Amino acid sequence: MGSPGTDAPLIAVEQLTKFYGATRAVSDVSFGVGRGEVAALLGPNGSGKSTLMRCLIGFFSPTSGRVLLDGRDVTMHPVRERSRIGYLPEQVMLYPELTVRRYLRFVAGAKGLSGTAARAAVEHVIEACGLGPMASRFAGTLSKGYRQRVGLAQALLGDPDVLVLDEPTVGLDPMQTVEMRALLKSLARCTVLLSTHLLAEASQLCRRVIVLKEGRLVADDTPEGLARRLGWTNSVVVRIDGPPEDVRAALAELAGVSAVESRPEAAGAGRTWVVRTSDARDVQARLASLVVARGWTLLEIRAEEPTLEDLFVRLVG
Amino acid sequence: MTPFVALLRKELRVYFGGPLWYLVAAAFLAYTGFYLHSDLVYFLTFGFGMNIMENLWQLVFFDVRLVLILSIPLLTMGLLAEERRLGTLELLLTYPLSDQAVVAAKFVACLVAVGALLAATTTYPALIYAVQPFALPPIAAGYLGLLLLSSTCIAYGLFVSSLTSSQVLAGFLTVMPLFLLWLLSWNEAAVGADTVTILRALSLFDHFQSFSVGVIEVRDVFYFLALTAGFWWGTLRVLEARQWRGRR
Repeated sequence: MGSPGTDAPLIAVEQLTKFYGATRAVSDVSFGVGRGEVAALLGPNGSGKSTLMRCLIGFFSPTSGRVLLDGRDVTMHPVRERSRIGYLPEQVMLYPELTVRRYLRFVAGAKGLSGTAARAAVEHVIEACGLGPMASRFAGTLSKGYRQRVGLAQALLGDPDVLVLDEPTVGLDPMQTVEMRALLKSLARCTVLLSTHLLAEASQLCRRVIVLKEGRLVADDTPEGLARRLGWTNSVVVRIDGPPEDVRAALAELAGVSAVESRPEAAGAGRTWVVRTSDARDVQARLASLVVARGWTLLEIRAEEPTLEDLFVRLVG
Repeated sequence: MTPFVALLRKELRVYFGGPLWYLVAAAFLAYTGFYLHSDLVYFLTFGFGMNIMENLWQLVFFDVRLVLILSIPLLTMGLLAEERRLGTLELLLTYPLSDQAVVAAKFVACLVAVGALLAATTTYPALIYAVQPFALPPIAAGYLGLLLLSSTCIAYGLFVSSLTSSQVLAGFLTVMPLFLLWLLSWNEAAVGADTVTILRALSLFDHFQSFSVGVIEVRDVFYFLALTAGFWWGTLRVLEARQWRGRR
């Protein structure tokens, strides 16, 4: 996976604005996604994620601004550029009268594949998405989880450079969600932009988070970078059996520690302290040495990082 | 395979892989067959020995035309309305297919489905020709007229189907105006002289008149093609409306 800020992004969204009549759905959004990068588009419902994605795949034309795919303007040649993009809509709707295999053959044809190449591509995505047992079933009889897989399979047909996935796990049960995420992780070589309002999903699958609020871009960074930018410090939670006043003083004097708080007394030996720091890993090492040097007993030590939920609430709340 | 051909094949599979086309075909052939019988009885009773084109085939073409305008809406109503209802239209329009290709594939598939119905009725002249040969080119002109009339009705039905996600509504809004036009052309004496002039200029069916007696008038061909293109243009504008409506 690439890192944010790659020099020549594969997807470049430039000052994109989209109006529906008088309603502004997306407002002056710019960002880039590097080749091989997996980025999450995060935002509450109605924040413009789906509109932005539909502009990206050439389904909608932006009111102003443009979308470049490998330097080529998607808005100028939407039909041509669509062949390089695989799209999974939020709700995968299939033709009930076609079997899964027949449907995927149709999609392969619609993406310009024919003959043996089409048949091979269809069998490949059936295999990759675990659709083997369902391939001869009519699409109308599939469960939501399998429909979503068929949706991913049709997006993968034609070997697209970019996958645009709108809420890929929405409406799935926990087991199906786990399976779908595993499937998405296996697509490591693709450039992926996925929208979600599930932060756990974004943090599991993506090293890059683009946050939208009311159609505007409010953040574009790694989860760690976001934490840094928002001035959020990490914490080390430590439980030490030793004289409380001495412990507090010693912790406060440790290099890299910005604040020390005491947690309410819990049952058992020792007292729990929360040590605020910008570098939890180094502080943990120094803290362990300190406790040993002073002859106290270290009962527990762990780092606490701000979750994406915390960051999200702070950004869009 | 071009994306257009892929979609055309899928549309044909939907027509010929499901029961609807066969039910429509059965009813279409039963009704047109009945009309042929009744027109033939009329011809043998009153017009025998007179011009077969005017006294038999013109009546048959008029009757086939009526059954056609009642059948075509059943085949067009689902074309885009069903895609909208299912939600498959969004995905379809994200493939490397232009809106024109989508409209063209659906139109051509329906024209093939209707063309197959018309092709089946060629057994009627074939049977009578076997008993008593007659000039065939005027019959071909009549079929060209039916095909042109069908293409206009299909383009109109496709346009109506693009406006709604309800097949029933699309079918109703397609069949009612077509049937009304037929009713008006059927009894022109019931409306005033001025109205008749306007109706004749507009009516699909008066432009069919010359074809039914085996004459191809260029202005009538142009009329049907222009109307077809007009409804095609309208369908494209409706698909395009997603840009400002923000919906599929």
